[in-house]
Formats: sequence, C-alpha cells, structure tokens
Amino acid sequence: MKMNGARILLECLLKEGVDTVFGYPGGTVINIYDELFSCGGIRHILPRHEQAGTHAADGYARATGKVGVAIATSGPGATNTVTGIATAYMDSIPMVIITGQVPTALIGNDAFQEVDIMGITRSCTKHNFLVKDVNDIAPIIKKAFFIARTGRPGPVLVDLPKDVQIASTKFIYPETVEIRSYKPTTGGHPRQVSKAVGMLLAARRPVMYVGGGVILSNAAEELTALSRMLTIPVTTTLMGLGSFPESDENSLGMLGMHGAYCANMAMTHSDLIVAIGARFDDRVTGKVATFAPHAKIIHIDVDPTSIRKNVRVDLPIVGDVRDVLTKMIKKVEESDEAVAAYKESLVPWHEDIAGWKSKHPISYTKSSSVIKPQFVIQKLRELSDEDVIISTDVGQHQMWTAQFFQFNKPRTLLTSGGLGTMGFGLPAAMGAQAAFPGRQVIAICGDGGIQMNIQEVATIVQNRLPVKIVILNNNFLGMVRQWQEMFFEKRYSQTCMELPIDYIKLADAYGAKGFLATRPDEVEAVIRQGFSEEGPVIMEFKVAREEKVMPMVPSGASLNEMLLNA
Amino acid sequence: MRHTISVLVENEFGVVSRVASLFSSRGFNIDSFIGAPTNEEGLSRITIVTRGDESILEQITKQLNKLIDIIKVIDFSDGSGIEREMALIKVAAEDESRAEVLRIADIFHAKIIDVTPRSYTIEATGNPAKIDAILELLRPLGLRELVRTGAITIGRGAKGWAG
Repeated sequence: MKMNGARILLECLLKEGVDTVFGYPGGTVINIYDELFSCGGIRHILPRHEQAGTHAADGYARATGKVGVAIATSGPGATNTVTGIATAYMDSIPMVIITGQVPTALIGNDAFQEVDIMGITRSCTKHNFLVKDVNDIAPIIKKAFFIARTGRPGPVLVDLPKDVQIASTKFIYPETVEIRSYKPTTGGHPRQVSKAVGMLLAARRPVMYVGGGVILSNAAEELTALSRMLTIPVTTTLMGLGSFPESDENSLGMLGMHGAYCANMAMTHSDLIVAIGARFDDRVTGKVATFAPHAKIIHIDVDPTSIRKNVRVDLPIVGDVRDVLTKMIKKVEESDEAVAAYKESLVPWHEDIAGWKSKHPISYTKSSSVIKPQFVIQKLRELSDEDVIISTDVGQHQMWTAQFFQFNKPRTLLTSGGLGTMGFGLPAAMGAQAAFPGRQVIAICGDGGIQMNIQEVATIVQNRLPVKIVILNNNFLGMVRQWQEMFFEKRYSQTCMELPIDYIKLADAYGAKGFLATRPDEVEAVIRQGFSEEGPVIMEFKVAREEKVMPMVPSGASLNEMLLNA
Repeated sequence: MRHTISVLVENEFGVVSRVASLFSSRGFNIDSFIGAPTNEEGLSRITIVTRGDESILEQITKQLNKLIDIIKVIDFSDGSGIEREMALIKVAAEDESRAEVLRIADIFHAKIIDVTPRSYTIEATGNPAKIDAILELLRPLGLRELVRTGAITIGRGAKGWAG
C-alpha cells in the first residue's frame, strides 16, 4: 500500500515500539501532524517550547532506557532543540529527533524558517541524516534508532524536508539493519578480562569508579554483585548515582569536585582503579597530573575514544560494561578459593576508608531558624516512595541532591551531568512521568533553573502529569555566587535574582497547586501536603541564602586538597 | 610530529564536513586535507596530514573511527606508505632567469605546462619534501602563484587497503 512520507514516518515509529513523542507543530511538520491526527498508538505531548520537548524525550529515555523521540519544525523549532540535543549527547542518551525542513528545492535559498540544522547539530549528535527521497525514510529511521541505542548511545537527528513528507511510496520497514562503517565492539576481550581479574585480585587498595555507562548498559546488578563478591569499595560519578546502592557498606558515595572526602581520599591512595563506564571528566579528576598517583588503572568502556583521553590507562577493555562485568564475575567465581583470602587482605584498606568516612562525612550545620537546603533533600528522601524518580537542574541544589538524597536504584536520578543544562529538571521530570504515570516523580530545582523552562507547568497540568516540583529558593544563582564568595572576594556580579517571584500564585495561574515553606518546622508539612495532592504541585522552600556546597575541590586542585568547611 | 592518515568514507551527504569539523571542534591541526572518489562505487578516500604527539594521534584515529560514515582509518605514521603531492607553480622567467627555471625543472623531473614571454608554469610531482625543495630554489626567481594538492598516500606491497 502506498503512503505519504509523513505516514511512513509514523509507521516506522510504531515499528520501533515508540509509544510517546514530544513535539511541537509548525509549517514544515504540518503533514506529520495531519497524519498523527488519525494515527493511533502514539501519544503526543505538546510542550510549550521545543527545548523542553527535547529534554522531556531525554528524561523519558533516561527513566526507561528506551529511545526518546522529539519532533520540531524547521528553523527556530529546530534550533530550539539544540540545547536538548547537546545535553543528551554529553550524557550519551539515546534519542531520535525529527526536524522538518523546507522543501528540497528550496534548501540553501534562505527560505522562510530554513536553517542548516545538519550543520548546526553535526558536533552534538552521534549522527544525523537528511532524507532526500521518500523511499529512504524507512531505512533511515531504522538506522537512526539502531545508531541511537547501540554502542555508546546518543542522539540522532533526522531532517525531513516537507516535499519528502508529501511524496508517496510503498511502506516497507527493513527487518534488519546493516551499516558496514558502524560496528561497535560490545564483547569484552576474554584475555583482557582475565588480566583485569588478575590485577584486581593482586590489588590491596582497589576502588571501582563507576559512571553513567553502568546505568546505560543496565549493569547495576552485575556491578553490585562483583563489588559484594570481593568487598570492593565503589564510588560513582554524578551520572553513575543509582548504579550502586548508596546504602551498601561498600559505597563511598560520589567522588570529584563536590564528592565525599572518603571517595576522593580512596582514589588518591588506591593502588588499582577500575573505571567502569566513566570518562575521567575534569570535575572528577581534579588536577590530572596528581590524580590517583599510586594506582594502576583498568578502564572498561564501550567507546574507545574515552580510553586514554584524559588519563593514562594500564589495561583498556573495550566493550559493553554489562558483558565485561558478567565475564569478570564468572572469572572470579572460578578462582573461588582465592576470594576468602583476598577479602581478608582488604581489611586494612576498609579500615582506612572507615577512618576517612567518620573523619569527614558529608554533613551540614543544622538550623532551627532558617531552612537548610540539605535538610529539605533529606526530608524528601525520608517522605518519598522507594522507587521515586528525581530530576534536577544544575547548580547547588543538584549537588545537594547528589550528596544527600541517597540513590539506591538505577534510572532514579535524571540530571544533566556533562553539559550542565539549567532548565533541564522540569521537562525531564515531565518525560519520566509520561513514561511512568504511577510513580512519584520529583523535579528538584533552584530558583534560577526553574525559570528557564517554567512554561512547562502548563504542559504537566494539561497532560495530567503529577510532577512534584521542588524549588529551593535562595534568590541567587547559588553556585556562581558561591564561587564569587570563595574566589572573587564576594563580588556578587549579576547573581542576585533580586525580583522575588510568587511561585504559589504562579502555580495557581497554571492550574497547579502551590505550597510554601519559610521555616524549618514547615518543611515536613509542605512535603506531605505536596505529595498527597493528586496533580502537579510546586513546593517552594525559602532556604538559607548563602549556604555553600561543601566539601569542594577547587578548580585545578588535586582531589586530596578538598576544602572541608564552609 | 607529522602524521599522514588515510580515511575511507561512505560517499554520504556532508561526510567531508563531518571529518573536517571533527578536526576543528577537537582542536586537531590540519596541514593538508584532500579527498576524492576511489575505484569502489560510493567510497571516497580522504588523506589528512596532521601534527601532534602520540596521544593526540591516538585520539584522532579513535575519533575518526567513531564517525558513523567512516569505514577505515589508516595511519601511515610508521612510514609504511608512499606519499606523493603535486604542485602547479607559476614562476617569473625573463631574460637570464628563463634558462635557470628550465634547469631547475629538469633536475626535479618537473614539466612545463604553460609558457609566456615572462613566465613558466611548472607541474612538479613527488613527496612533499621534494616539492618543498623545488620551491626553495624557485622562490628567489619570483613565484607568481602556487597551488599544492596536499599529500596523498598509498600503502606499499601487493595488498589493497582492505587486505
């Protein structure tokens, strides 16, 4: 049967198992929307801004592990998706973004709402396609999904000119996909795996340093099993939070700039670091020259470019981390008799770690007169569901969430780690809530970030997505203010928001409920009230204005040079 | 250190700009960059001369391999390739220097491809060092215009790139 290109696109999405898309109509996607009108099986959510739509697709992907899908029109619609695409790219999130394009005959003519989105997104997509023939739509969509979710996942953009959407052809969806130039290595090399286990069993001060790759490859279970078999301490990056239960006695928490003292000290004194799906980001290593001076490094990653990019590596293993961890577990099981002695040999190391943990635990100074943001995070953990999904914006509240919430399950923290995108929290929560209507989803935001995509309150109300928005309001761009206080002699240049916003009225204007806490003794009641509401809620907490995120490794310093006190 | 890298690519929309923008966005140097179709349908070959230490070269080859449209990356840094470049050189040649230009061209087995009463245009082929050498000799006589192709490289031996 012949179909037009727009319909073929939707049929392709259905074949890929897409149930939800986030999109915004416009001149060059109107044909897609016309087909969507009569197409069952796909839920379309209309955000109020294409950037938010892209973040929502991203949040959907992070929470589910499936490929998130966003649609935008040509020109400004397409450029508005760029921040969302770059955010997903930096955190390796599988997404397919469909953009409309002016008719092929007009491309390059500076037509109305024309932009070279292929050129613009070349460096922030895993790959992008311009479809020039209606017969290419199906094979390209098949490839786009395949590329997005395999290897190191990432966003793939498909630019679809209007005339290609209108043209008709027979719809045939390819059964298989074969790209001769794209063959990611997923199986870890057995000899490298053996060597890794050998090095691990020879180590006396081992640490597993774990990133978002463990979550992306669904390897949290294997990671936890391997750590428990050998009692190896685990520290995670921001992106790795949730891959290993922070309630576990072998958890060191997060490492890096605002990481736990014990995690950074363990890295500094370690004799073997096993990096798993992590990429030695500058926020993690501190000064590279003095990073982990005594450690050999094993680096497991599906992306060879991550290996030896920032630090020297003694043993690289290219492969899907779940595959590699499974093989390592098997190998350890074979050397069963050595395990008991090995665990015994780690006792002094565990004692060192316990010492660091008790010397400088993650903490803050409590107050009975002013709401401490850390206190709000702790209360949220205490009062929320076990399987709650948390999203954040970027800045102080993000770090407090990472430090104090305690994540025990994968895909429960959605945060922009690599790009550090303010305005990510609310739309990402919206995407996660669309995927899991029955689960509790909380967007934890600062008063800076929430205003970057505040318009999405309309979307969550309209679509009955009961996201709970938490605003930690200090009326500052807090993280920059903190740096200005610490490193720029308190010259608070352009970081005070000055104009107070009445978020309760704002919630009301959008048809959501709003609750305000100004004193510590109101915090619990506001959270309980917010959680008991069925629909979307804004909970605003007026928090200590000049609270700092501590401890901190100053930019360019070594991990063991942490500033500990505020 | 100078490195020559050959990249076999699918002849897809925008592939040259993908390769070129990878170099610019990651801050890698480009000394020369040349691409053209191969004997295989749909396949082009881009030869890039770049500079950097071993770790930079490793990143360059890995990042190139990561691009979806790239089929193979060949690193000729070990000297396993034969390198050639062509230059078209317009040089001033009047009175006494006319004979000198011809002598230099002859020594380098270069061809005269255009001639006027005031100039010769020379076609010179060889490895880039040889091109540099002829240019050095011609420069004092007055270079009017210079076009270089940049280096292309092919592996030694009987085997093709696919082995």
